Amino acid sequence: MRSDFLRLERLPDIWCPGCGNGVALRALLEAIEQLGLDPDKVVLVSGIGCSSRAPAYTAFDNVHTLHGRAIPVATGIKLANPKLTVIVITGDGDSSAIGGNHLIHAARRDVDITVVVFNNYNYGMTGGQASPLTPSSSITTTTPSGNLDRPFDLVNLAAGAGATYVARSGIYFTKHLVDHLKKAITHEGFSLVDTIVQCPTYYGRFNKRGDAAQMLVSQKDWLVLKSVAEKKTPEQLAGKVIIGEFVNIGRHGPAAASTMKEQA
Amino acid sequence: MAEKKTYKIAHNRKWCKNCGICVAVCSKHVYEMDSNDRQAIVNPQDCIGCQMCTEHCPDFALIVVEVRDE
Ligand SMILES: Cc1ncc(C[n+]2csc(CCOP(=O)(O)OP(=O)(O)O)c2C)c(N)n1
Ligand code: SF4
Ligand code: SF4
Ligand code: SF4
Repeated sequence: MRSDFLRLERLPDIWCPGCGNGVALRALLEAIEQLGLDPDKVVLVSGIGCSSRAPAYTAFDNVHTLHGRAIPVATGIKLANPKLTVIVITGDGDSSAIGGNHLIHAARRDVDITVVVFNNYNYGMTGGQASPLTPSSSITTTTPSGNLDRPFDLVNLAAGAGATYVARSGIYFTKHLVDHLKKAITHEGFSLVDTIVQCPTYYGRFNKRGDAAQMLVSQKDWLVLKSVAEKKTPEQLAGKVIIGEFVNIGRHGPAAASTMKEQA
Repeated sequence: MAEKKTYKIAHNRKWCKNCGICVAVCSKHVYEMDSNDRQAIVNPQDCIGCQMCTEHCPDFALIVVEVRDE
């Protein structure tokens, strides 16, 4: 990974020991490097949260916006200068709770940006509250007896809203993650990568998932490659989360426009 | 005959938060947590350069490079 992609003077970062955000950020920088993108044409946009601190450690132009509002700002940047590669780094809360409406409408409009969700299954920054992605029964500050709600499946949510590239990966599988980030970034149209990271301080501690290292390495056990999952029974997949590419289709925009013309 | 490759590990003590991830992901037991719960490089000679530790260190604190002596 190119160290000139980092603002070295800002390190060490503020994240807790063993927080997964740094691993996810590193994978994103690796993807940008492997794609050979011009650093002056990459813009990182984030909202608020531990995860949303990530762009500030990079040497790219970046905007740290308001909680939930990274996607509209990123949309504006892309519209103003379509030559830029615009990447949003967001948390599960930032993207699916307060920013959930922005997410689905950017997907519906097929805005040509890449959204990388650092998904730690809770609100880390504010002390471990439940988010719309927190699994049922999980313990959080706001669900001390276990989450009664069902979570969104972020992959299906983005796909249903019209995203033209959707993938999920985990930071244990760095090569898998980097590969899918590269495909998402080069994809023309709205792309999202649900990136599973650990929050050892809250989600891990509350749910007895062990320390940071155990949380990271255990991704081997509960994240299952899509190609492997296709050969398993629903019983075998209970409690597992599937990683891989779920949507990779052509843009809606021009296609929809030409259909309209034909009908007129 | 191919000689055994050797690697040099650079560890940035100022950025390391002693989280133990490198200890857990290295299959060659290059790292250990010492008695003060600080990360220590104990078997650098066994490193095979797989980059598991560098890729999973959340704090950009590790660099592993091959040593080439021509
Ligand atoms: C408008 C507004 N509402 C609430 C907050 C408080 N707040 C800050 S971060 C955050 C949640 C962050 O969770 P997530 O997006 O999952 O990121 P993480 O910290 O877990 O990386 C909340 C509710 C805020 N900063 N602004
Ligand atoms: S609270 Fe959780 S998400 Fe935030 S820095 Fe700490 S470990 Fe990471
Ligand atoms: S993974 Fe990185 S931060 Fe954690 S103990 Fe090892 S060198 Fe230190
Ligand atoms: S490169 Fe691989 S073998 Fe070498 S220290 Fe890191 S994890 Fe261990």
